[in-house]
Amino acid sequence: MTNASYALEINDLTVAYNHKPVLWDVDLCVPSGVLMAIIGPNGAGKSTLIKAALGLIPRAAGDVRFFGLPLRQARSRIGYVPQRSSVDWDFPITALDAVMMGLYGKLGWLRRPNGRARQAALEALEQVGMAPFAERQIGQLSGGQQQRVFLARALVQDADLYFMDEPFAAVDAVTERAIVSLLHRLRDRGKTVIVVHHDLQTVTQYFNWVTLLNVEVIASGATQNVFTEENIRRTYGGRIGALPAASGTSQGKSAYVA
Amino acid sequence: MSPEDRRVWRFISAAGLGMALGVPLSMALGVSYDYTLTNVALGGTLLGILCGMVGTFAVLRRQSLIGDTLSHAALPGVVIAFLLFGREPSALLLGAAMTGGLGVLLVNWLVSTTRLKQDAAMGIVLTAFFAIGVALLSYIQGRAGASQAGLERFIFGQAAAMVERDVLMLGAACAVVGTALLAFWKELKLLSFDPDFARANGLPTARLSALLSALKVTVIVLGLQLAGVILMVGLLIAPAVAARQWTRRLEQMIVLAMLFGAFSGGSGAVLSALEGGLPTGPLMIAVAFSLVMLALALAPERGVLWQLWRRQLRREV
Repeated sequence: MTNASYALEINDLTVAYNHKPVLWDVDLCVPSGVLMAIIGPNGAGKSTLIKAALGLIPRAAGDVRFFGLPLRQARSRIGYVPQRSSVDWDFPITALDAVMMGLYGKLGWLRRPNGRARQAALEALEQVGMAPFAERQIGQLSGGQQQRVFLARALVQDADLYFMDEPFAAVDAVTERAIVSLLHRLRDRGKTVIVVHHDLQTVTQYFNWVTLLNVEVIASGATQNVFTEENIRRTYGGRIGALPAASGTSQGKSAYVA
Repeated sequence: MSPEDRRVWRFISAAGLGMALGVPLSMALGVSYDYTLTNVALGGTLLGILCGMVGTFAVLRRQSLIGDTLSHAALPGVVIAFLLFGREPSALLLGAAMTGGLGVLLVNWLVSTTRLKQDAAMGIVLTAFFAIGVALLSYIQGRAGASQAGLERFIFGQAAAMVERDVLMLGAACAVVGTALLAFWKELKLLSFDPDFARANGLPTARLSALLSALKVTVIVLGLQLAGVILMVGLLIAPAVAARQWTRRLEQMIVLAMLFGAFSGGSGAVLSALEGGLPTGPLMIAVAFSLVMLALALAPERGVLWQLWRRQLRREV
């Protein structure tokens, strides 16, 4: 009953750490071509969902398909942006080196990145406004610039489905704008993007699809249908002070960041 | 290539040349490189090159101390192999590799199945294996004929024991390790920087890690009789740590680490051979440590003096 028109289809996914469930019986269908936010409180399993789908952590149960295919066959169509804090930025490589790593998977064994790979990496850096920093060591970049290097690395993967783990976490305004315009360009090219997101205030503005997650999936669907006050309250429990008014009519200045 | 890259490559060439000058300089000071001393110098240099190659990845992947566990845990293996097979060198190496590997597996097992953290697990395994090794060593010391075995040299290292056969073996290891690193260079680079991304791209990260571990075991085991189990890890990581300060590219870092390793290993071995009684390991580490101190003090951008100078400039503005 798999359906190739879904970019991502998850059935009965359960993940546990030390016998405690982090994700419980997750079912999720993401149609092709949407920009989807995954939101939920800390410890809701948002990053875990992405990592389990990509096979980076073992799953206790469940089946994951990409465009109707198992991970092994769909790998080349998937791009990944890990959390920025997951790597050592003092690592001795330049921004350009880091971006070219996005091509290693496709290059194959014993092949070295050539001039064309370099060109592709430079173009990806250009797209995120980082071309002038290509030869900088990655440790000399600001947090937002580092995030854009990660995005450029995902861009050269030239995938159909992107997973981004908190790309908006602690970035400057320039970077935030760069990411948003990049997301829209990806959507215009028919790509599907799944983003772990923290800022409830910007959900309706940036994403047309949303999954509310707290160990289980609370709701998933088009933003205007499922991003309701009721669903948000069910996701965050009593742990949120001010709730945004339903369906993106919120104009208040109060922060809804959980 | 950016101007900064070119500067660093020039620095690497100059440093290499300067260190190579050590040979004619020592000859001018009256050191004569006879057959024995040539073996010792070559052996130390080759071991240092090996350490630079493998140590670069150990340092960047924050696995420096696993090497320490491995080398300490190799001692009982050496002694047991001697008890079973006598002075056969390949048996000694194999014994070292086996208990060393066992020690590392034990650490991994403790971390994954108990609540012990890695540092505590390493501390316990390292000392326990080393204690067994020392106990066994003193036991066989008392037996007739065993005192000439010279197994004590495995504790602090002894360059005088170097024979042509060892040099050839180290040379072969250099070729093998170098070829493996070149062949899988881009995969190992990605694995070291971002293992999650590597795995998401379908790279067999577990097997690549295993390859790096195998290379590390090989280098450590081959280096034991020259550098000794206690200080082996210093020769493994110090050249890489010093090299890291001078550059921002992995390619330059590993070349520089090989160079620093060669100089530390070679000069340490020669000094020890000249001064008969001095153990090799400590001398190699002393040289490597001075290189680390120099780098920490003087390296552009990262060095302490550089940063003080920059702070001074800012104050004057």
